[in-house]
Amino acid sequence: MLYREAGDYKKSYAEDSQTFPLKLDRYGYYAILAIAFLVVPFVINDYWASAVLIPFLIWSIASLGLNILTGYCGQVSLGTGGFMAVGAYASYKLMTSFPDLNIMIIVLLSGAITASVGVLFGLPSLRIKGFYLAVATLAAQFFLVWLFNKVEWFYNYSASGQISAPTRSMLGFEVTGPAASASAKYLFCLVLVVLFAWIARNLTRGRIGRSWMAIRDMDIAAEIIGVNPLKTKLTAFAVSSFFIGVAGALFFAVYLGAVEVGEAFGIQKSFLVLFMIIIGGLGSVLGSFIGAAFLVLMPVLLKNIMVIRLGWPGDLAGHLELVIIGGIIMLTLVLEPHGIAQIWRVTKQKLRLWPFPH
Amino acid sequence: MTATADTYETPDGRTIGGKVLEMRNITLRFGGVVAIKDISFDIREGEIRAIIGPNGAGKSSMLNVINGFYHPQEGEIWFHGEKRKPMKPYQIAKQGIARTFQNIALFKGMSTLDNIMTGRFNQMKTNMLAQMLWKGPAEREEVENREIVEKVIDFLEIQAIRKTPVGALPYGLQKRVELGRALAAQPKLLLLDEPMAGMNVEEKEDMSRFILDVNDEFGTTIALIEHDMGVVMDISDRVVVMDYGKKIGDGTPDEVINNQDVIDAYLGVDHG
Repeated sequence: MLYREAGDYKKSYAEDSQTFPLKLDRYGYYAILAIAFLVVPFVINDYWASAVLIPFLIWSIASLGLNILTGYCGQVSLGTGGFMAVGAYASYKLMTSFPDLNIMIIVLLSGAITASVGVLFGLPSLRIKGFYLAVATLAAQFFLVWLFNKVEWFYNYSASGQISAPTRSMLGFEVTGPAASASAKYLFCLVLVVLFAWIARNLTRGRIGRSWMAIRDMDIAAEIIGVNPLKTKLTAFAVSSFFIGVAGALFFAVYLGAVEVGEAFGIQKSFLVLFMIIIGGLGSVLGSFIGAAFLVLMPVLLKNIMVIRLGWPGDLAGHLELVIIGGIIMLTLVLEPHGIAQIWRVTKQKLRLWPFPH
Repeated sequence: MTATADTYETPDGRTIGGKVLEMRNITLRFGGVVAIKDISFDIREGEIRAIIGPNGAGKSSMLNVINGFYHPQEGEIWFHGEKRKPMKPYQIAKQGIARTFQNIALFKGMSTLDNIMTGRFNQMKTNMLAQMLWKGPAEREEVENREIVEKVIDFLEIQAIRKTPVGALPYGLQKRVELGRALAAQPKLLLLDEPMAGMNVEEKEDMSRFILDVNDEFGTTIALIEHDMGVVMDISDRVVVMDYGKKIGDGTPDEVINNQDVIDAYLGVDHG
């Protein structure tokens, strides 16, 4: 009864293939956008920004990116952390080499640089699939982290080996650097998230998205339809790495401010993003957001309950947190391999008929 | 019918045109195994051409040669009067050859509509930037192609399963969706690898009707592999018979059925 299609007529194919075919969904989406842009920036404080909202937004971009590659195109990648590092170091080099360049342009250029690195490491995907490709991308992860540690040019020969983001503003508001306000950082990330979610949705609904899914589901059949496998896979690697590079640049410049590559972009980050898309839902834009929200919020929530409410020691809580999240990942894999997004879809089907069984 | 004439009439009054595809002395080897041995035949415009033969005769290999999965060691392939260079399958698809598979090769994670829309891949041209923006050229192109796809859906009578994921469909419908995906490309030559394998009589009748209607309404040239002799004899204009990689018969169904080599291949030779 809640999600009724009755009376919601589609008069054209364009209307039939819109992102939110149901009125209720559409208005819900507008409402969320309105709250995110018009309410949250005024009530946000430093704790909420740095513990919850900004990491959620940045990981959303990263998991959208990995979902395009793994969820839509079927190419498993464990190089996410390494590609994020490329984005971060690209933005650092650009910020320090061109101090007058707008921060938005720097972030997008970092994405473009990461895209070209991603294409390079995507080349083996023509020959190898599945686990073997995952191992090849794992090599990318370790190589890139090693590279940014080893070659001093990347961190401008600083003694600590760290990179730290200089202050840059957007439209008169500082978005990077120690003095940037929570709401400016939040809005900067939010604009990019909305932009990239929109691009991800548009790319996956049309010709290119269908060619990705065709390669994922049956590469031989895709080829006899006219899909060039190499070009299609490399496009997926490029788009995916662009997203991940932007996430890396934001993670460094806006969120952390100062970064040491092995710590910030290690292999755990690659797995974190992979878990996000598995829990959220492979091949789903909504799933990328759900997965990112889940894995960002869950640790905060567990810590709040165990340490602050129950007064357990911090190290015990930290270990339990890993156990609980690991358990949830296994449960999702067993019970609903298509992730929380699929549970949401099934729930919507049920809500359409509720309270009647048929 | 004379083999040298450019066109011929079928018994039911259709005029069959010139050669769409000509295979000349094709030989295909896998190491020491000769899968196809010195076979020549042609497929003419507007005809339904069947390739039959016992298991392991090399029929599917022949289709794989036509759409570029295998490259023959010897022989030439002529398509629309031009000698074809060795090409990748996706390049051959762009030339207008579509096919279905013996074991259904649908995109399991996608809906019926998306599967058939994927068949329009070669006809869709908008670039990545337009795709990202969606509004404008990309959406217009999507709607134009959707109209063609909807015609295919109407034609195959699968309107009701438009938005169903194909993995959830019964076997017969999956076969139909796969035919739809090939039809959506509006191919010049349609290759069907055992379109009726594993079907019951009713489904076979449906599929035969669709094949005949495709040929009749769109004038599509069709080459098909099939084991059901009744179907082959009923719907095809000319038949190639293969056995152990060699061609042992070629002609109208009536000619083939009375060919002694063909009878021997199917029924066995009395060695006593």
